[in-house]
Amino acid sequence: MTASIAIKDAGGLVVELIEAINANRGWLSEIDGAIGDGDHGINMSKGFTAAGAKLGDPLPSLPDALNTLSETLIEDLGGSMGPLYGYLFSSMADELEGQERLDAEVFAKMMHAAFEGVKEIGSADVGDKTLLDALYPATEAFDEAWRSGKDFAESLDTMSAAAEKGRDATVDMVAKVGRASRLGERSRGVLDAGATSCCLILQTLAKGIKQRMQG
Amino acid sequence: MNRIFNNPDFVVEDAVRGYLKAHPDILAATENARVLRRPLAPQKDKVGIVTGGGSGHEPAFLGYVGDGMVDAVAVGEIFSSPSAKAFHDAFVAADGGRGVACLYGNYAGDNMNVKLAVKQAAKHDLTVKTVVANDDVPSAPKDEIKKRRGVAGEILMWKVGGARADEGADLDEVIASAQKAIDATRSIGIGLSPCTIPAVGKPNFSIEDGHMEVGIGHHGEPGVAVMPIKPANEIADLMLDHILPDLPFEKDDDVALLVSGLGATPIMELYILYDRLAEVLQARGMNTRHLFIGNYFTSLEMQGVTLTMMRLDSELDRLLSAPARSLGLTRI
Repeated sequence: MTASIAIKDAGGLVVELIEAINANRGWLSEIDGAIGDGDHGINMSKGFTAAGAKLGDPLPSLPDALNTLSETLIEDLGGSMGPLYGYLFSSMADELEGQERLDAEVFAKMMHAAFEGVKEIGSADVGDKTLLDALYPATEAFDEAWRSGKDFAESLDTMSAAAEKGRDATVDMVAKVGRASRLGERSRGVLDAGATSCCLILQTLAKGIKQRMQG
Repeated sequence: MNRIFNNPDFVVEDAVRGYLKAHPDILAATENARVLRRPLAPQKDKVGIVTGGGSGHEPAFLGYVGDGMVDAVAVGEIFSSPSAKAFHDAFVAADGGRGVACLYGNYAGDNMNVKLAVKQAAKHDLTVKTVVANDDVPSAPKDEIKKRRGVAGEILMWKVGGARADEGADLDEVIASAQKAIDATRSIGIGLSPCTIPAVGKPNFSIEDGHMEVGIGHHGEPGVAVMPIKPANEIADLMLDHILPDLPFEKDDDVALLVSGLGATPIMELYILYDRLAEVLQARGMNTRHLFIGNYFTSLEMQGVTLTMMRLDSELDRLLSAPARSLGLTRI
């Protein structure tokens, strides 16, 4: 197994993200329905699918594919998720600029950039029951695993587990921003839809990178 | 769900097409399918007025595009902010060379998308300034007034901003008048039944039969109290009890009043409510100079009503009186 993947051949990771969102469209909407409008999966699927149609054949490089996804979400999706995920993916793409291989060092930078990007455009903090609550622990867990001597693949596994744990921790949180925040205490007891889709996205990325390292 | 649509994922696209076919004298398409403008926009040497928001509130937002009102509107999915690109393209469609005033409501998605769009516009020297409506009293306490949502008070803000731009005011003057308008405006909503986004297929909140939710938001955001439905006169009193002390509105104030149904409430019930509102305001020595009753700002097929009041000074009175022609509001 190699410890990195070629960035120019990795545009398919974005296709896998789109497939994952589409496959979970109903589930994401159902989660959102508990304390939101119930349209998270529907709108995400609409935006991601629109991006997929723009990727073209042959697939572009990973940063180009991420930027296409980002631009489509910002330009077409709207809502809160358009800007938030738009910034998340363009921030990731920025870190790939000038790189040929995606290794653990670059991935760690992508995760930090994604976190900072979402922080910049949104008004939420960690603990506010948003996608940050999956993204932040995942970012930290990846860093820690890599620094403590685990290899790239193991660190990705650690990250995936942390994203899931972060997602599940939103059940006990009270929403502080967005539409669900108007519920106050009544927003407690269910998953946050944004943290759920973020966890799905991070796990799909991790799985896709690992598969490419094995291949 | 007994509703009229084709593909539930494309209700917004289908409705926009219908609007454009029905009202070519008032609404014009742009290159962006999610941006409509008034046929005369961009009007040279006039500050452009832009708004935007999620769909499902018709006639808001697109119904307030028109002469003396909004120049261009960004149209979002149901209950979901328009994209940054849509806001940006609306700015361009409205820009007559003196800048653009973006007058919209306080929601997380709209705030983010407008922020991105304003940044994008600045890159090509298009100046956009914003006023964020926060007239919904029950959505946050007064010491957190900036957190309040924007609701039907936005209509009065657009009317004021649009009229001020028509007078030839510059961008800062338009912004100042629109800000003054929303600062002098208070609203409250009461919900009697939930609503359903067609693509979702079921209501995403519930109101028990025979009950009403006081302070409900335009998307079913929970209010401050749920109670058995009271007689109309008591509902009117309850609404006034929330908004009158908040500004506060006082004896001898000149006011504008807007009573809007939320979509599925019969219009006659709005007048039953108004009968009491008029009685109380008169008894309190307030003078209603402008009155709007009807379905001005709805929430799909929700039953319920919103009450919006603005305290007038001579400028706001003048601007509300100015001529306007849009689907949702016309003044001759």
